[in-house]
Amino acid sequence: MTTTTTITTPDGSESGVLPPAIAPTSKRKARVARGLVFPALFISIALTQIPFLVTIVVSFLNWNQLRPDATSFAGLSNYIAVFTTGDFLEALIATVTITGSSVILALLFGLGFALLLDRKFMGQGIVRTLMITPFLVMPAAAALIWKYSMLDVNVGMINVGLNAIGLPSVSFNTDLPVVTIIMLMTWQFTPFFMLILLAGLQSQSKEVLEAASVDGAGPIRTFQFMTLPHLRQYIEIAILLGGIMMLQMFDPIAIMTKGTGGTKTLPYLLYERAFIGLDIGQAAAFGVITVVITIGAASLALRSLFKVFVEGEVRDA
Amino acid sequence: MHTKRRALAVSAAVAATAIALSGCAGAGGGGQEEGDVTLTLATVSNPQMKDMEELKGAFEEDNPGIKVNFVQMEEGDLRAAVTADVASKAGQYDIVTVGAYEVPQWGALGWLKDLTPALEADEDYDVDDLLEPVREAISVDGKQYAVPFYGESSILMYNKEMFDAAGLTMPNEPTWQEVAEFAKALNSPETAGICLRGKPGWGDLFAPLTTVVQTFGGTWYDEDWNAKVDAPEFTEAVNFYVDLLADAGEKDPVSHSFTECLNLLSSGKAAMWYDASVAASILEDPETSEVAGQMGYAHAPTYKTEESGWLWSWNLAIPETTKNAEAATEFVKWATSKEYQQLVGETLGWTRVPPGARNSTYEIPEYKEAAAAFAPITLDVMNSVNPVQPGLNPQPWVGIQYVTIPEFQDVGNQVAQLVADAIAGRTTVEAALSEGQKIAQVAGDKQK
Repeated sequence: MTTTTTITTPDGSESGVLPPAIAPTSKRKARVARGLVFPALFISIALTQIPFLVTIVVSFLNWNQLRPDATSFAGLSNYIAVFTTGDFLEALIATVTITGSSVILALLFGLGFALLLDRKFMGQGIVRTLMITPFLVMPAAAALIWKYSMLDVNVGMINVGLNAIGLPSVSFNTDLPVVTIIMLMTWQFTPFFMLILLAGLQSQSKEVLEAASVDGAGPIRTFQFMTLPHLRQYIEIAILLGGIMMLQMFDPIAIMTKGTGGTKTLPYLLYERAFIGLDIGQAAAFGVITVVITIGAASLALRSLFKVFVEGEVRDA
Repeated sequence: MHTKRRALAVSAAVAATAIALSGCAGAGGGGQEEGDVTLTLATVSNPQMKDMEELKGAFEEDNPGIKVNFVQMEEGDLRAAVTADVASKAGQYDIVTVGAYEVPQWGALGWLKDLTPALEADEDYDVDDLLEPVREAISVDGKQYAVPFYGESSILMYNKEMFDAAGLTMPNEPTWQEVAEFAKALNSPETAGICLRGKPGWGDLFAPLTTVVQTFGGTWYDEDWNAKVDAPEFTEAVNFYVDLLADAGEKDPVSHSFTECLNLLSSGKAAMWYDASVAASILEDPETSEVAGQMGYAHAPTYKTEESGWLWSWNLAIPETTKNAEAATEFVKWATSKEYQQLVGETLGWTRVPPGARNSTYEIPEYKEAAAAFAPITLDVMNSVNPVQPGLNPQPWVGIQYVTIPEFQDVGNQVAQLVADAIAGRTTVEAALSEGQKIAQVAGDKQK
């Protein structure tokens, strides 16, 4: 609206003051650009922000799907329920434990495999493809494979292996639910970390490494002082993207542990409140609180921890 | 311009009225020749429902002008789709399959048509042939809101060869104490004494466990909706179940539910199994089971009650919002009729006849022969369970292994997760149930 008025008036009259060649065309360009962007912007606002606003409204309602007659304004009672039942804090701790451990483990394994794959050897391509496979398997399918073929207490490969070396079977789901989920998520996401770190390793200049070895640095010192600083940005990106993906992991919990023994993460808790509890109002309140906490944690992490996103700072340490 | 527009508007209004009128005539049942009716049936994707879809041609042949369209869904999706459709009065579905847990709730909400008059008016349909407990569970105040398509109870299945080898004999109506002794005697590193569901979930762990609670004298709620989850009887029952699993149950119980136990039993890795009666027909199928012909079947184990089996049925119901109620009623009656059972037996095989809905099913000679191992006991158990009062004390709802309130699946799930922690030894049964009591009481307070 404002752009159209400012452009039509100054066109001929004030040509002496403003550089005429730049102003009208660039303004016109800007107008066209805005015109092109607006529909997309409008749609993305409609698709992302309106549902969130609706969620906020719903979070103040008493609304159970099976009690359509009893829908009413609930005030803050849904939010009070979020904090008084204790589920939320437990879920937050479970999410941090499971995601945090999986990210660290996947990063370490990913780094190890990336260093190995960075060398030249026979069948490198095949090995790389095989290493990536776990990441390509759908999470639900992966969870089923782990449940039935790997961890089954009678016929699972891991337990058969344990028995073969004289150890007793382990009831993973019953006795070690958190470890089970971390194991599966590490297995699934290690290739993702490996790929990003491998890209980082391959972008490292070979001359620098050669110079280091000429100067008498051994492989460990080269890694510590040359490779690791170079990889820092890649590690940050991998942690950020991997962490976001792992935060949303739902399938292994729904298929294997059903939220027992400290595996009820936020995504599973939200699912349970909405689709088992059928309590739309309370589920919305859980959702809103989760979004607020996620935004808070993410912006804090992006500002302080990740150098990639800190503007104006010198990148190479 | 104006006149032309008005003329258009008038003719449009006339056309609309004409359509509306003809629609009324159709709904009144006046015109059989005009307009074909297409019924949309939303159903869970269970094998018996797929059989129904395969055979719908026979119905369409007998009822020219009616076509039936099947929409198969997972149980959770079906619930969401039907709830949304009925609540928004969209009328997208003419027939829906609804589980026994939801029929009384949806019926009471006015979402489902009362089928009592239509069923009683038709003498050939023989509504009294339906199993009484099943019928009771899907009725509210004498109004029957659905028709059972097939039903099941829970029975104790045991491997006769293992019992013979150990010199043990299973009585027809065992007690839980006897079963625990048998389980301990038959438990070995290779075979579990008994397989019981341990997977957390109101329909997984708590289906069998609730029946154990009831026969131990416990219940979820008393008559005034006070939660009884931390009561001594409930605690004793859960302790018994958890101890039995620890002493002689399958390994890794939290991973085990119906399917997993079925695998154990059919590969001969467990001596006993207390679960749904439909499992028997799978265990007796020589193509999928290594123990076909070796199995014996007994009543659900009891303690303080006479009978302890559960009761479940998948039912056909007609949403209030349908525009084709009459045609829908015809189809529902056909699919649950005696003729349909004959049709299934003759075209698909007698073991595929939907069980547990009609007494007369168990009088069909071919079915009796095909299902000899488990049909008599299934009928016996299903007719002797009492969904009005399954435990020792009266309860304010009708149903055995569930409580027909919307909050129950949530309560059941959360308490099941707590009990699973007790099964794994991370907490005690007492601590788990005192947490569960709080969760159950919140839901109970909403019923008061």
